[in-house]
Amino acid sequence: MKEEQNKKDAEKHIINQAASEEYKYGFVTDIETNVIPKGLNEDVVRQISALKNEPEWLLDMRLKAYAHWLTLKQPTWGHIDMPEIDFQDISYYAAPRKQAAEGNGEIDPELKRTFDKLGIPLEEQMRLSGMAVDAVMDSVSVHTTYREKLAELGVIFCSISEAVKDYPDLIKKYLGKVVPYTDNFYAALNTAVFSDGSFVYIPKGVRCPMELSTYFRINAAQTGQFERTLIVADDDSYVSYLEGCTAPMRDENQLHAAIVEIIVEDRAEVKYSTVQNWYPGDKDGKGGIYNLVTKRGLCRGDHSKLSWTQVETGSAITWKYPSCILKGDHSVGEFYSVALTRNYQQADTGTKMIHLGRNSSSTIVSKGISAGHSQNSYRGLVKIAPQATGCRNYTQCDSLLLSDTSGAHTFPVIEVDNDSSVVEHEATTSKINEDQIFYCNQRGISTEDAVGLIVNGYAKEVMAKLPMEFAVEAQKLLSVSLEGSIG
Amino acid sequence: MLQIKDLHASIEGKEILKGVNLTVNPGEVHAIMGPNGSGKSTLSNVLTGHPAYTVTGGEVTFGGKDLLALSPEDRAHEGLFLSFQYPVEIPGVSMVNFMRAAINEKRKYFGQDPLSASDFLKLMREKRAIVELDNKLASRAVNEGFSGGEKKRNEIFQMAMLEPKLSILDETDSGLDIDALRIVASGVNTLKSEDNATIVITHYQRLLDYIKPDFVHVLYKGRIVMSAGPELALELEEKGYDWIKAQIDNE
Repeated sequence: MKEEQNKKDAEKHIINQAASEEYKYGFVTDIETNVIPKGLNEDVVRQISALKNEPEWLLDMRLKAYAHWLTLKQPTWGHIDMPEIDFQDISYYAAPRKQAAEGNGEIDPELKRTFDKLGIPLEEQMRLSGMAVDAVMDSVSVHTTYREKLAELGVIFCSISEAVKDYPDLIKKYLGKVVPYTDNFYAALNTAVFSDGSFVYIPKGVRCPMELSTYFRINAAQTGQFERTLIVADDDSYVSYLEGCTAPMRDENQLHAAIVEIIVEDRAEVKYSTVQNWYPGDKDGKGGIYNLVTKRGLCRGDHSKLSWTQVETGSAITWKYPSCILKGDHSVGEFYSVALTRNYQQADTGTKMIHLGRNSSSTIVSKGISAGHSQNSYRGLVKIAPQATGCRNYTQCDSLLLSDTSGAHTFPVIEVDNDSSVVEHEATTSKINEDQIFYCNQRGISTEDAVGLIVNGYAKEVMAKLPMEFAVEAQKLLSVSLEGSIG
Repeated sequence: MLQIKDLHASIEGKEILKGVNLTVNPGEVHAIMGPNGSGKSTLSNVLTGHPAYTVTGGEVTFGGKDLLALSPEDRAHEGLFLSFQYPVEIPGVSMVNFMRAAINEKRKYFGQDPLSASDFLKLMREKRAIVELDNKLASRAVNEGFSGGEKKRNEIFQMAMLEPKLSILDETDSGLDIDALRIVASGVNTLKSEDNATIVITHYQRLLDYIKPDFVHVLYKGRIVMSAGPELALELEEKGYDWIKAQIDNE
């Protein structure tokens, strides 16, 4: 009797602890912000473009995107229960005031403190971290580190706003070429109102000597974040790029609708890693970020390679499918994903591998983990075009359930239009098992640590693809996010 | 070291243990035998705190502490070890990480600092040799793809790592060929000392040829119905359990 009671008490304790587990990044920075009034119309689009002193062609693109967006409806095909968003109730531009006034000079100490608190070093003296960072708060890039050092190699790493001014030819050549504004509802919206983001260009033959990363932070209330990332890897180049995201805890839902475009030329390689930890809402599902993102890469060159790795633990709703268009012969696309949902989080995520080039190959490893009352879906497309002979795809799609009240779903689509290609698909669904936990308990490992160990073991294949420093962070994040998720 | 008094326990409302009494002192080896369904595995699960079982009466002290009041992990820290009859697989979790977590949790419990990576690996190497577990197995995921014999050797390896005061070997001989049995038994014998004790749960005399018990108990219908010296095991091997069953059932 006593024993059972003890166990129940312990379980209750763990659950309470998790429920009250503070989202570590939920603070708000008290900083003066320029916010344009709520609402979306053509004038707002013009105003954003004017605030950024954009050239005519870009305003043109925004206006076309806006006009197109008006003809579209919010998509409903995802396995997601999302209220219709009132797009007139959102502010589309928010900029920390001081930064806006002082441009690229000194960083506002309050901003610096914010990013320090998030563990993002904006001071280049912190060379130990060995990482170049572009920090984006709300709608603008506040600081990019290591720019000069990278410039010596010809590597361009700056905010997309600056790139529009400083490298107009490159931006004009590549922006919107992989994800055109006609692509989908949120892509049209983003193209109309995007504010900032990062631009990366790696010239021919250059191996970027450090990890490049962008850190996205939503701070202002009732605003959306619409950033845009563009990465171009020229022939024979290599870059590893990391993306991290957090937001304050707020009762309202906030919208994050980004676009990431990547172009990979002959024999170039891009590794894109994401640790997504947007505020997921509270234990009752109140608040949290709607993360509705279009990410796509074009492996244009022969023997080019693009690898997506994502660890998703945040957001109230996640809707994203980082994809590869494998146009070059012998090009390679990879997608490694761990998506953890708990409480009332919903994730509909996966990838598309479009094989257009001969002998192109792709690998998909997706690991879903569902706890609480969450819903976790994998949605994927593997398409092999008639001319793309000799292609290969391997897909492994696993789901792990931590509770009886959560759901795991898979929606794979495979279209193969020639005889010489080989496609493999494996899928498993399992439940975390009481005997595994007891085995750990008997060896002296607490239930909480056991769940962390088992889930990290389950996700190992994906974690191993992350850059070392990030992997350690991601492992901790998984364990922390899991606390008390069992039951 | 271990005193079990009138222990009653049930699973899903069905009473399995109906008043078990047993005392184990340091340096002793006890064998618990008995027909299928007599409650042998239940006893080891209840002692180690498996959540599926409910204790409905009696008490257990271990090293002077109320064992039943401790969480399963604290029972482990206090020196109770179970070699599982069916060790589970934990995919993706390497034996190294698993053992390091176990060892360091125990050290934390006793207020010690975690073992350094090099000391830990040295310890692994040393203990591996006791059960002739090769390096490849030790660097694989916990029990994943291990053969029956490898799993049991791996259990004894973990026992060697954790240096428990009381080890319960739950049908460690099941599914072992004669060579594996010899390795496992010699591992257990190597680890035996004046300060620790072992409870061997088995159906067969065979294992007791290698691990010599000081006492042999027969568990039947949830109670220990007979206790004697090692000669009892030989008698059971020869005559089976029917004569004991008849004796008890007629009471």
